[in-house]
Amino acid sequence: MKKFNKVMSVVMASAMAAALFAGCGNADAGTQAADSEPATESVASEAGGDSAAAGAFKIGGIGPTTGSAAVYGVAVQNAAQLAVDEINAAGGINGVPIEFKFEDDECDAEKSVNAYNTLKDWGMQMLMGTVTSGCSVAVSENTAQDNMFQLTPSGSSVDCVKYDNAFRVCFSDPNQGAASALYIGENAIASKIAVIYDSSDIYSSGIYEKFTAEAANQPFEIVSAEAFTADNKTDFSVQLQKAKDAGAELVFLPIYYTEASLILSQASTMGYSPIFFGCDGLDGILNVENFDTSLAEGVMLLTPFAADAEDELTKNFVTTYKEKFGDTPNQFAADAYDAIYAIKAAGEKAGITPDMDMSAICEAMKGAMTEITLDGLTGVGMTWDASGEPNKAPKAVQIKDGVYTAM
Amino acid sequence: MKKMNITKTTKNNLITYLMVLLAYLAVQMLLLTGNISSLMKGLLVPLCIYVMLAISLNLTVGILGELSLGHAGFMCVGAFSGAFFSKCMDGLMPDSLRFLAALLIGAAVAGIFGILIGIPVLRLKGDYLAIVTLAFGEIIKNLVNVLYIGKDKNGFHFSMKDSISLHLDAEGQVIVNGAQGITGTPHDASFTIGIILIFISLFIILNLINSRDGRAIMSIRDNRIAAESIGINITKYKLMAFSISASIAGVAGVLYAHNLSTLTALPKNFGYNMSIMILVFVVLGGIGNIRGSIISAIILTLLPELLRGLSDYRMLIYAIVLIAMMLLNWSPKAIEWKEGLKRHSKKEKEVK
Repeated sequence: MKKFNKVMSVVMASAMAAALFAGCGNADAGTQAADSEPATESVASEAGGDSAAAGAFKIGGIGPTTGSAAVYGVAVQNAAQLAVDEINAAGGINGVPIEFKFEDDECDAEKSVNAYNTLKDWGMQMLMGTVTSGCSVAVSENTAQDNMFQLTPSGSSVDCVKYDNAFRVCFSDPNQGAASALYIGENAIASKIAVIYDSSDIYSSGIYEKFTAEAANQPFEIVSAEAFTADNKTDFSVQLQKAKDAGAELVFLPIYYTEASLILSQASTMGYSPIFFGCDGLDGILNVENFDTSLAEGVMLLTPFAADAEDELTKNFVTTYKEKFGDTPNQFAADAYDAIYAIKAAGEKAGITPDMDMSAICEAMKGAMTEITLDGLTGVGMTWDASGEPNKAPKAVQIKDGVYTAM
Repeated sequence: MKKMNITKTTKNNLITYLMVLLAYLAVQMLLLTGNISSLMKGLLVPLCIYVMLAISLNLTVGILGELSLGHAGFMCVGAFSGAFFSKCMDGLMPDSLRFLAALLIGAAVAGIFGILIGIPVLRLKGDYLAIVTLAFGEIIKNLVNVLYIGKDKNGFHFSMKDSISLHLDAEGQVIVNGAQGITGTPHDASFTIGIILIFISLFIILNLINSRDGRAIMSIRDNRIAAESIGINITKYKLMAFSISASIAGVAGVLYAHNLSTLTALPKNFGYNMSIMILVFVVLGGIGNIRGSIISAIILTLLPELLRGLSDYRMLIYAIVLIAMMLLNWSPKAIEWKEGLKRHSKKEKEVK
């Protein structure tokens, strides 16, 4: 019993220490969020002064601002805040300002539903979220029940927009997989292809499956498909060796940039230099610390957003974002920015007012979403149909001389 | 003066039941009058789940005296087996009957895993159960993540590779889709069902503790050699307590699966952290104290949600509150001080 107590105390102590560290790691994200909060309030109250009688639209956001997926949640939170501030400064939706509140879900479906309920208590009328797929599916069950309008910036799994009240800004996983296969096939980039994907990740395995399905109709052949898992993502020499032995000319990487950067440097050590092709998860690879960007030379990726694009909208967005948050925005940020503007466009089209309840707003917005056309960061002339999927063309970019260039 | 026919333990147990009943009635009153926030409404079922997990782990840790670090693994097993059954049988049998069967299946499967793990490990002395259950939890989580099961008119298809290699026909449906888990489990869980399940688990655990078997189990905890010397079958009793604890965790898992429409095995919900979290409930509530586990599970589940107002600082505050609670509850000085207070107030009463 004594020994048992000893073991117990060691375990408990380590658990507490871990909890403390987790807290510290998130502290800077916290200050960022705290910095941006007063800004909204002041803008909201200023704009609210003009049309005090009309009140304000309450838009809620949900995503992970702590934990392992915090990068995406924080990006969405910041960009959405940016868009809301801009809209409020320009007079709001139909002259009514927006109040925006973002809740953390730690990338956990259960916490996400809690966050949704918290926002509902706050009086949320429309939901811009959630950021990750699994949480989005769980929350969409609740929004469908309450008939709350939901627009997810980056929930890419198919089930996210299963109900008619839910829409999304990003491509769905199957779309990305099929589009990648189609692009490679049509442009005859390679005939022998290897895939390295993360089987424990929904995003990655979703793209991989559709890519393989579409590959059957294309003039190329998949010669090796190797998986890794979240617990085992530092050494890729086995997967790369298999791809090399199979004679693959192109390696398809439907994964996030952190692992991709490791794959690129390990391939170069092995003296293996195929063409690398990725999806939007690869966006951000040039900003990885201690990564030799010359290795990424010639990498192609299919993404709706490149921070180095030359159009006016992107330039402005990137400059303001950098100024405010000291960081280059990624694709998640762009999706969130577009999501807020899509809500604005649809809201103006539907002529909603803040005194309508959420169900009435949802009904009006559902119709209006299919009628608007949005020129956003992630696509020009975006439209939506009733299924909730966006219609926009994927852009392929290639890394040349250390910058993303459109192809 | 006639002595009351109620022993101290019976009285103690009745207080526990009464506490749960009162909490249920209070919440029902609030629900009927509509005085409850949506956040609280959404938290009711998770609270029931965590209470069940805490009291079932207390059976292993407090009564049996073995450390288990894989309680979330049993919950995971129960959740996936229950959700799998519900997904297959949805529409084929009445909803209430299907849910009941899912609960029983979850309990049975988790119990079987408990026995399978217990048979070799519980024969050993020392902390081996902690090590093995820790490994079990991680293995289950990873196994579920590579498991693909589909169904079409030819029957079930299994694969460990990806959903394409299931070779389903056109109408085939993928039920367990690897890392994407099970989506679209029917939403059957409700607060009332949760409370009923808590009552059943409490009934099983409290009666076990106060039975002949329970006393045998506690004697193993207190002195294994003495228990062995009077002819108690150590492995049998250890196995009994451990598998009951596992199957209650399985039931909690089924409830979890039927409360959310997505079920994925992430480190967050079924990993090591979750097992530790449940252990924290048990330790803070008092090892071997069932009522304490219920209270601490409720407080510690509510706390992070109530602290939402502090945005990201709540993680830090939560850890500090945990440490403070631990010190206040269990440090010898704090206990001495509390005893002193009690004595003081007693004296005052006597003086009056």
